Amino acid sequence: MQEIMNRMKARAIALLADGTVSRVMGWEKGEGEYDWSPALFENAEEMEAFVYGDYAGANLSKYCLKLGKLEGKTLVILKPCDTLSFKQLIHEHRLEREKFYIIGAGCTGMKDEKGALLKCNACKSKEFAIYDEIIDSEESRKPTGVMDRMAGVADLEQMTAQERYDFWQGELSRCIRCNACRNVCPACTCIKCVFDNPASGVQSKAPVTSFEENMFHIIRAYHVAGRCTDCGECSRVCPQNIPLHLLNRKLIKDMNELYGEYQAGEGDEERTPLTSYTKEDAEPGIVHERGRA
Amino acid sequence: MSVNNPNWKPKIVAFCCNWCSYAGADLAGSGRMNYPADVKIIRVPCSCRVNPLFILRAFERGADGVIICGCHPGDCHYTSGNYYARRRLTMLFSLLDYLGIERDRTRVEWVSAAEGAKFAKTMNEFVETIYSLGENRKLSDIRCKKS
Repeated sequence: MQEIMNRMKARAIALLADGTVSRVMGWEKGEGEYDWSPALFENAEEMEAFVYGDYAGANLSKYCLKLGKLEGKTLVILKPCDTLSFKQLIHEHRLEREKFYIIGAGCTGMKDEKGALLKCNACKSKEFAIYDEIIDSEESRKPTGVMDRMAGVADLEQMTAQERYDFWQGELSRCIRCNACRNVCPACTCIKCVFDNPASGVQSKAPVTSFEENMFHIIRAYHVAGRCTDCGECSRVCPQNIPLHLLNRKLIKDMNELYGEYQAGEGDEERTPLTSYTKEDAEPGIVHERGRA
Repeated sequence: MSVNNPNWKPKIVAFCCNWCSYAGADLAGSGRMNYPADVKIIRVPCSCRVNPLFILRAFERGADGVIICGCHPGDCHYTSGNYYARRRLTMLFSLLDYLGIERDRTRVEWVSAAEGAKFAKTMNEFVETIYSLGENRKLSDIRCKKS
């Protein structure tokens, strides 16, 4: 990884020098050993602080929304799974391809203080969906995922409704509504969020029970249905360790089962499962029938 | 639960599409077919006008059941609206079920303008189901309740 980082740094400095790009979006060391934060570099001196390696878990696609509005090109470093989020944003016309120079970064699985990241345990692919050039190594092309991506969802599906309710109540009642999951999500790109609504009837009112933030999580998961690339950022940033990816993965699993395999951001097709249909689709009653047999 | 409060009556929100189901409800009325007054109809231009947020908002503000009625697939006034609605609502219901919310509180029924009897029958059945499920506690938000 050190070697990849050095090549990447040299390349970025060269591109800054010849004027191809005006800035570089990457990572720098934060306060803690495991805390590598997304950072913007504008010249070779600033690039000294640039790092890439095992703790560069953050998906930089979301930062591109604002960078795309600036003058000149931005160099952005994307890992294979991040390229899916980036390409999905291009499909949604949130980003302009010409405004970015993408370096595909070889990835051997990212870590944090607790070990391998959740998204890396169930790595989807080492293919880059979109890039200008790739900087990787022999090692970084090997698959790293060891877990079945849908295992957690399948376990929950086996439970009774009351058990599931208790499970989610336990998880979601820890939510402090810091909105980190919303702010980090590369699919959550509404300029005005429905939850910043002063007329919602619940703003600035303290919750009576611990489960009243459920609405937020249902909508958050549902709003990105069909567009979620399962990058796992929501669970990674949650300060309360709520397994939010289980909600997104449930929707992905259902869509794959009912409407055919689909990976957001992968193909060139702009239509997602929820913006298309076939005449033979299952009726909503299928949900009610499930588990009743 | 209804056991705790003997005066409890369910509140049921029915989203009916303007072109088929609302006319079906009208036909049920003019045909003098009985269906419970607990059903409050909201007229929408098409079943795909029903943003999933509407359904959750209804529950949040104290509805005990939400039913969405639209034209039969293939008969949509706007050609394809109900096909989109069908996928969307399937996904939403599945997610609610996954969160442990009683799946019978939500329902989709296709009711044409000629099916007044079906409308009345569906509503009677649905109200019956909601009575057996009792009050919606899991999704309601007490902060939204009017005292």
